[in-house]
Amino acid sequence: MSELTAQEETTPIKMRVRETVILRVVGKALVPFILLFALYVQFHGDYGPGGGFQAGVIFAAGLILHALIFGLDELRTAIPLVVVEIGIALGALLYGGVGVASMLLGSEFLDYGVLDGHDPAHGQHLGILLVELGVGITVTFVMVAIFYAFAGRSRQ
Amino acid sequence: MTDAVTVHHAATEALSFRDHLPALQVLLPLMGAPLCFLLRKAALVSFFTVAISFACLAISLTLLGQTMGGEILIYEFGSWPRPFGIEYRVDITNSFVLVVISLVAAVVFAAGPGQARRSIPVGREYLFYSAALLCLTGLLGVTITGDVFNVFVFMEISSLSSYILIALGRERRALMAAFTYLIMGTIGATFLLIGIGLMYQMTGTLNMVDMAVRLQAVSDTRTILVAVAFVIVGISTKLAVFPLHQWLPNAYSEAPPIVSAFLAATATKVAYYLLLRFTLGLFGAALIFDQIGIDILLMPLSVLAMFVGSIAAIYQTDFKRILAYSSIAQIGYMTLGLSLATEAGVAAGLIHLFNHALMKGGLFMVAACVMWRMGSTHIDVMRGLGQRMPITMAAFVAAGLALVGVPGTAGFVSKWALVTAALENEAFFIAFLIMASSVLAVVYIWRLVEIVYFSEPETDFEVKEAPLRMLIPTWTLAGMTIWFGLFSGFSVEVAEAAAKQLFVGLAGAGA
Repeated sequence: MSELTAQEETTPIKMRVRETVILRVVGKALVPFILLFALYVQFHGDYGPGGGFQAGVIFAAGLILHALIFGLDELRTAIPLVVVEIGIALGALLYGGVGVASMLLGSEFLDYGVLDGHDPAHGQHLGILLVELGVGITVTFVMVAIFYAFAGRSRQ
Repeated sequence: MTDAVTVHHAATEALSFRDHLPALQVLLPLMGAPLCFLLRKAALVSFFTVAISFACLAISLTLLGQTMGGEILIYEFGSWPRPFGIEYRVDITNSFVLVVISLVAAVVFAAGPGQARRSIPVGREYLFYSAALLCLTGLLGVTITGDVFNVFVFMEISSLSSYILIALGRERRALMAAFTYLIMGTIGATFLLIGIGLMYQMTGTLNMVDMAVRLQAVSDTRTILVAVAFVIVGISTKLAVFPLHQWLPNAYSEAPPIVSAFLAATATKVAYYLLLRFTLGLFGAALIFDQIGIDILLMPLSVLAMFVGSIAAIYQTDFKRILAYSSIAQIGYMTLGLSLATEAGVAAGLIHLFNHALMKGGLFMVAACVMWRMGSTHIDVMRGLGQRMPITMAAFVAAGLALVGVPGTAGFVSKWALVTAALENEAFFIAFLIMASSVLAVVYIWRLVEIVYFSEPETDFEVKEAPLRMLIPTWTLAGMTIWFGLFSGFSVEVAEAAAKQLFVGLAGAGA
C-alpha cells in the first residue's frame, strides 16, 4: 500500500482497475467463456449438477465482471435498465406460461407430461427445460438489477 | 366426508375451468405481477391490478360457495398426488379467509396508491402495483396451500413485498419502520421454519394432512413439543400477539395509509388463520389444549393485549397510530377466542377476523382520505373535518362505532359472539373484561369524534372532500361494517361451520 504514488492514491479504485492492462486482457478473454459456461450449466442441468438458478448467477457474474473492468456505463449501454426489468418479468412469465400451457392442455398446473401429446417422458423433458430457462433468465436479470442498484449509487 | 372430496387425475379426465379455480386464485396475481413490468403505463397497470383483484374476489366467492357444504377441494400441482407433490386444499375455513383477503384487496386497490404516489418516481408506478399484487399472491398462497413448506414460501413472498410497500411512507421514519418489521418478520418466519423443520424430521412429510396423521404417533415426543413452541411463537410474531407486537404500530402508522388499509385488514388475519390451522388442524386440539395447555398461556396475553393496545391508543396523537394500537387490542379479541378452547370461541375469533378486516380497512381508508387532502393524519389537522369532509367523516363514524361494538354494527356481532362463548365456558370474569375493554375503545373513538365534529379547524384554507376514487372504497368497507352488523347471518354461519371443521382437525378430516 505504501508503494502507491500520490496520484494513484487519489484515483478512485474503479479508475485504477480500468487502467490495468492485465485485468483488461484477461477479463476480455474470460468473460465469453464464463457466459458459455453459464449456458452449459443451464442446458446440461437435467443431466448433471446445475440448473437455472446456478446458470443465472454465473451468467450475471460474467456480466458484472465485465462491468467491473470496463465500467458500469458499457454494460448499461449494452443492457439498459428497461431490458433488465422486462427480462425479470419474461423469465417468470415463461415459468408460469409452461404451467398455464399444461392447464390449457387439460391437466394440472405444471404437469409437464401433457406438453408432448405422444410421449409424456418427452413432455417432462421439455417442461423442465423451459421452466429452468425461465428461472435462468429471471435470476440473471435480477442479479444485474441488484448490481445496477448498488453500483449506480453515487458516493455522497 | 371422503366421498365428497374431489380428486382429479390427468390420466382419467381433462380438467375443466372450474377444477382449476384453486390454482387460478394464486396464479392470477402471481402472473399479474410480472405482467405489470411489461404494461408499464400507470393508468393501464392500475386498471389491470384492479381487474385481477376483482377476478380473485370472484374466484374466492366461488370457492366459498363450493366448500360451504363441507366439501374439500384438492388441487395437485403437476398431477403429483399427496404426499409427493404440493397440493392446494380448500375447505370452508380457508375459503372464508380467501374471501376476506381478496375482498379487501379488490376494494383497496381500486383506490390507487393514494398518498404513496408522492413517494414513487413518476413513470415507476407499475412497481407499486407489482409489489401489491405479489403481496396479495403471498397472502392468498399462505391461506390456500395444503403444504407446510409452501406456507413458509408464500409467507416470505407476502412479507418481502409488504416491506417494500411500507417503506413507501411519507416520512423517512417509514424506512426504519419497514426495517424493524423486516427484522421481526424474518425472526418470526425463521421460527416457523425451524418448527416446520422439526416436524418434518419427525414425520418425513410436508403435506398438512399427511403430517397431521403422522404427528399423532409422535405427539408426546420432546421434538414435537419444541416444534409446537417454535411454530406458535413464529406465527404469533407475525400476528403481533402481545408482547410480540412491537413492530406493528410503527409499520402500520408509517406506511402509506392505503398500504396500512390493505395490510391491517389482511396480513394479521392470515396469521390468525395460520395459528388456527397449525394448532387445531395440524397438532390437534387434544395436544394443544389438553396436553400443553396453550390456552392457559394465551388467555392472559390476549387480555393484556386488549387493555394495553386500547390504553396505548388513547394516548396517541396520530390517527393512524391510534388505529395501529387498536389493532393490537383487536388481535387480542381474536386470540382470546382461540384460548377459550371451544368451537364457539374459535367461531367468535373467525367472525371477528372478518368484521375487523372490514372496519379496520374502512378506518385506514378514512386515514388515506385525510392524508390525501391534509398531508398528515395528526389529530390536530383533523379538527373540524366533520364540516369540511362530511362524507369521509361519516364513514369514520360508521366504522368507528363498529370498532367500539355498538349494536347494529359488525363489531357488536363479534363481541356478542365472544362474550357468549366466554359465558358458555363460565368465564364470567373474561366476559366482563371484554366489555370493560370495549369502554376503552369508546374513549379513543369518542376523542376523535369530538375533534372532528366539535372543534374549530386550526387552518382556514379550503379543504375539499376526498376524491371519488377513494370515497367509494372507503364507503364500501364502512358500509359493509353496517351491513354485516344488521345481517350477520352469512358471517356467523360460515364462521361456525369453519370452527366446527377446524376442531375435527386435519387428521380426523382425512383427505
